[in-house]
Amino acid sequence: MRVALFLTCVNDMLYPQTGRAVVRLLERLGVEVDFPAGQTCCGQAQYNTGYRRQAEPLVRRYAEVFDGYDHVVTPSGSCVAMVRDNYPRIAARAADEGRDEGLAGAAAAAVPKTYELTEFLVDVLGVTDVGAYFPHTVTYHPSCHGLRMLGLGERPRRLLQAVRGLELRELPGAEECCGFGGTFAVKNPDVSAAMGQDKIDNALSTGAGVLCGADNSCLMHLDGMLRRQDAPLKALHLAEILASTEERPYMAAETTGKIR
Amino acid sequence: MSSTYLGLPSFPVAAAESTRDEQLRANLRHATHTIRAKRATAISELTDWPELRAAGAAIKDHTLAHLDHYLLQLEAAVTAAGGTVHWAVDADDANRIVAGLVKATGETEVVKVKSMATQEIGLNEALAAEGIHAYETDLAELIVQLGDDRPSHILVPAIHKNRHQIRDIFSRQMAAWGRPAPDNLTDTPADLAEAARLHLREKFLRAKVAISGANFMIAETGTLVVLESEGNGRMCLTLPETLISVVGIEKLIPTWQDLEVFLQTLPRSSTAERMNPYTTTWTGTTDGDGPTDFHLVLLDNGRTDTLADSLGRQALRCIRCSACLNVCPVYERAGGHAYGSPYPGPIGAILTPQLRGTTTELDASLPYASTLCGACYDVCPVAIDIPDILVHLRERITEQRRGHALERAVMKAATWVLDHPSAYALARQTATRTRHLHPTELPAPTPAKAWSNARDLPRFPGRSFRTWWKDRPAGEAPHGRPAREDTTR
Ligand code: SF4
Repeated sequence: MRVALFLTCVNDMLYPQTGRAVVRLLERLGVEVDFPAGQTCCGQAQYNTGYRRQAEPLVRRYAEVFDGYDHVVTPSGSCVAMVRDNYPRIAARAADEGRDEGLAGAAAAAVPKTYELTEFLVDVLGVTDVGAYFPHTVTYHPSCHGLRMLGLGERPRRLLQAVRGLELRELPGAEECCGFGGTFAVKNPDVSAAMGQDKIDNALSTGAGVLCGADNSCLMHLDGMLRRQDAPLKALHLAEILASTEERPYMAAETTGKIR
Repeated sequence: MSSTYLGLPSFPVAAAESTRDEQLRANLRHATHTIRAKRATAISELTDWPELRAAGAAIKDHTLAHLDHYLLQLEAAVTAAGGTVHWAVDADDANRIVAGLVKATGETEVVKVKSMATQEIGLNEALAAEGIHAYETDLAELIVQLGDDRPSHILVPAIHKNRHQIRDIFSRQMAAWGRPAPDNLTDTPADLAEAARLHLREKFLRAKVAISGANFMIAETGTLVVLESEGNGRMCLTLPETLISVVGIEKLIPTWQDLEVFLQTLPRSSTAERMNPYTTTWTGTTDGDGPTDFHLVLLDNGRTDTLADSLGRQALRCIRCSACLNVCPVYERAGGHAYGSPYPGPIGAILTPQLRGTTTELDASLPYASTLCGACYDVCPVAIDIPDILVHLRERITEQRRGHALERAVMKAATWVLDHPSAYALARQTATRTRHLHPTELPAPTPAKAWSNARDLPRFPGRSFRTWWKDRPAGEAPHGRPAREDTTR
């Protein structure tokens, strides 16, 4: 089984600790992970902002870079949704315009092998107890792409519930969008901030020390608000919790705050 | 579209204002969360919901694909049943036809059944300009009309008002429109409803002309269908001598059997009821029963243009249930007025720019009024893929409108960088090397200022994933690829 990590551009730039955690977690579970260096970005920002054709080279790049791997695993639900839902659409619309340019083949190759981290753990590896240890109170925000487009369902929460020392607290209004929405956050900043505020108020009401999610884009937005308000809650990617063990417990990365 | 909606600000500007209105936020939050939960319960009772949803979409798609055929069938059936069919290309055309029909009766007052199509064309204002008073009889529409306000929800146009505000509007304004509100009117729902009942009863008994829309038009028999909760519609549809119905051409369905699907999905999706209290159907005219003169004004007003877009045309499936508004987190915070049309929320964000085009700042901002969270698509009883259409319309806007030149250049440059790993590496390294210079907030007026108004900017890490990956010593971990001692540090 040849497995590649698709780190995603946001993690590559801002959250290397999430990538390290995925590698460490998968290797602990006996999976050999590779990181093809030619990978960059899935093209989601271009596509969602209305620049579909700008995403096309990135569709082809994705297929080329991950050619030869059986599975591509990524710690970002929205990037998986981009590949799974939108790569075929991009190919279909190019076909409507009388073009192919390798897009249909690229989409067909990319879609079946791409997995969101919790899908890969639960569906492919068949594990929910990954042997993690994380002695903190945690509340989980299921981002929209994971929840509605990918249908991750109970997978993330089952993984969290199996973590030793972890106390999971239900997040009120969990299914509501956090207000990030890519360029929405800058094109409609007031509504975005209002939605984010409601989300963090709900998270704070649980009394948990950690707001966990499986998509760093949403967490970047929420963590930015939490830090601005100096709130006693830290946003953290699920992979970092699952990577933490008794022997090697979670240590905050230099760029993020401590758990209070 | 109606002059009521001319010159309004873009969505982000209007929403910046409305999100700060605590009262509005509280009213909307309460109302949408209540109906949201009830709808979910009503839908969960149906084991065949996915099939009903697919059937609704298929019926609408089939009808839209053969719209010319079914419209002609409808026209023939309505005419044979004693009605008269008029074709209106746009709002002005429709308003002119309706005003002409009312004037021909010699009346200067009409009563109205709640109708989205007549909101869309601004009929009340057009009739007023001709000296004709149009009285809204739906309770919420009445509140909006008396308050000289605009509707903010498809089903509950006065959702932005609470009962104290409604009491004040009734006490202040009813006298100017007809029977005054009782003295010492309280804000209990029963008292407010009674005041409205007394005020409206007078109008029902006097009116000789009624104007309606329709939820459905059945091509095979030429029958129109209105679903409602209050019974005011039934009064308007049966008491007056003349009935004029203004209906969008997409409201057509081929047969009565098709109606069976929507009579199950519409009430549950809109009011969370298994069945709505009043369903009125009428076919042309019937001697000694109801209006003796019936006119159907078939409205295009941008619909055939919408139909020409193979993706965007899904929006014409809409049965105006308002479920997408009730689950929309953006609608909940921004409120309906920010959408600048009678169609707020997710459906408005895809319908208005198609019906009106994207030439104004407002209309061009609507497809961006969404995080693409997908809640609207999940609840839509005719499975309109609203997020997909939003993205599609964004593409139309970036291609057609000036003002996107800078954004386009940035996207192009970004794609070039992302498609050239060495340039991508350089960008990453530069960000890392200069990270101590990065602020957590930005001064105005940069585009990223919008981000840092409410949030700290993320900090760039000192050591990239790639450096870590390259430097990992072999030998410790399984498969000879160890994790370093302090991998998460
Ligand atoms: S788009 Fe769908 S959910 Fe929204 S009002 Fe129309 S039918 Fe209802």
